[in-house]
Order: sequence, then structure tokens, then C-alpha cells
Amino acid sequence: MPDDIEAIAEQVFAALADPTRRAILAALASRGPATATELAVDLPITRQAIAKHLALLAAAGLVTAEPGERRRVRYRLRSAPMQVAQQFLAALARDWDSALGALTDHLDRGA
Amino acid sequence: MAFPDRIERTVQVAHPPEKVWAALTTAEGLSAWFGNEATIDLRPGGSARMTWNEEGFTAEMRVERVEEPTVFGFTWGIYGLPQDDPRRTYVEFTLEPADAGTRLTVVETGFAQLPDDVHHKAYEGNTDGWAKELGELAVYLDAG
Repeated sequence: MPDDIEAIAEQVFAALADPTRRAILAALASRGPATATELAVDLPITRQAIAKHLALLAAAGLVTAEPGERRRVRYRLRSAPMQVAQQFLAALARDWDSALGALTDHLDRGA
Repeated sequence: MAFPDRIERTVQVAHPPEKVWAALTTAEGLSAWFGNEATIDLRPGGSARMTWNEEGFTAEMRVERVEEPTVFGFTWGIYGLPQDDPRRTYVEFTLEPADAGTRLTVVETGFAQLPDDVHHKAYEGNTDGWAKELGELAVYLDAG
């Protein structure tokens, strides 16, 4: 198993463990790219706190910074690392135990 | 944290492989125990589709192996990823006669596929560096 996937999944889950960072990601997902100042209007925390969280999210690869208007940095959601975490969750959610239980019941009923 | 790439289950059922095969590979069988509605074109490369009404979820499958009545394999998308995402897991059912019934094994593999962008690690490290620096710049500008 490549270490990369482990590292990516760990960063994603660490980022998502914090409610403020989840709120920032949710805001970027619903409204599109935004600056720290714009996010501060929608979220009940200071612009400085948002900027700190954005820097951490950028280091984890979950957002990318790009030049915005008036030399403000705008942040854009980057979903690739989340898809890696999603694959981890998909493996846990694939419920073969209940599916095979249903298959056994089906075969027994028809007997 | 170990990333599960492979899920394997074996069950013993008190029915012959032919009967289990029909439950796995016909629209009538699949819709009776797996999804609520099913269609299947049973040949390698054929399409199959299953719908779960309650969840409002549809799975598009591609039939890969058909060796009646011992091996049935298909690929399908990874739950939660966009419908057009190229990553898919492979599911293979193996049927073996055992104790007047069938030993049925299902193996699903491919959950830990390397995403395309990990291949560009060097490039990524570079953009991540920029992201960090721009983040610091943002903090600086915002403070001003």
C-alpha cells in the first residue's frame, strides 16, 4: 500500500475533525472560491482565525490559493484528497455481510 | 490506520451452485435480494444496472467474468465518488460445490487505488509550497 494514500487520508480526516474547518470547506463548496474576508462575513469567527485555518487546509491540499481581485488571495476547494478519504469510507460502508444475508434468505425462501 | 483495499467474505448456503448462479446473474435474482430493480447483459463487457429505491441510488456495473456456474465478476463505481469518476472496484463471486450446497466467496478489491494526482507528487509539493506562502501573504494582507 503506498504511503501517499495513508498520508492523504490522515490529513483529510485531521482537517475534517475541526468544526471550524468543516464550516470553511462547506462554505467553499456551496459558494465557490472566496477570500478570507468574504468567508468571515458568513462564518461566526474572525478573519484572522479563518486565515489560519485556510493556511492549514492549503498545506493539507484541501484548498488552493489563487490570486483574487485587489491583491486578495482567494481560496478554492480541491476535492482530490477528499476522494481518497471517500474511498476509505466506501470500503467501510460496503456492507457485504447484510447483502449475503439477504441472498441466503432469498435462496432459502425459494427452496 | 490500515487502508482496506480488499474485502472478502465466504458463506455456505444449502443450495446447488446453479441456483446461486441464477440469483447472482439474472435480473430477477438480483432484484430479489440485492437491489430493488436490476437489468443485466450477462457477457464480458456487458452492462448491468441496479437501483435501490429507498436510497434513491443506482449502480452502473460492467460485467467482466462469466464462467457459469463458478465465477461471476463485475466492476462498479466507488460509492460517494462522482458517477463519471474512472476509479472502480472489482467484485468477484466464486461458487464451489460443498456439503450438498455451495460455498460462495465474494471478493471486492480496488478501494485504495492511487488517485491520478498522487503521480504528480513533485508538482503537487510545489503548488502546496505556493499555497502555504500565499496563505501567509493572505494573513499579512488581511492584517493590514
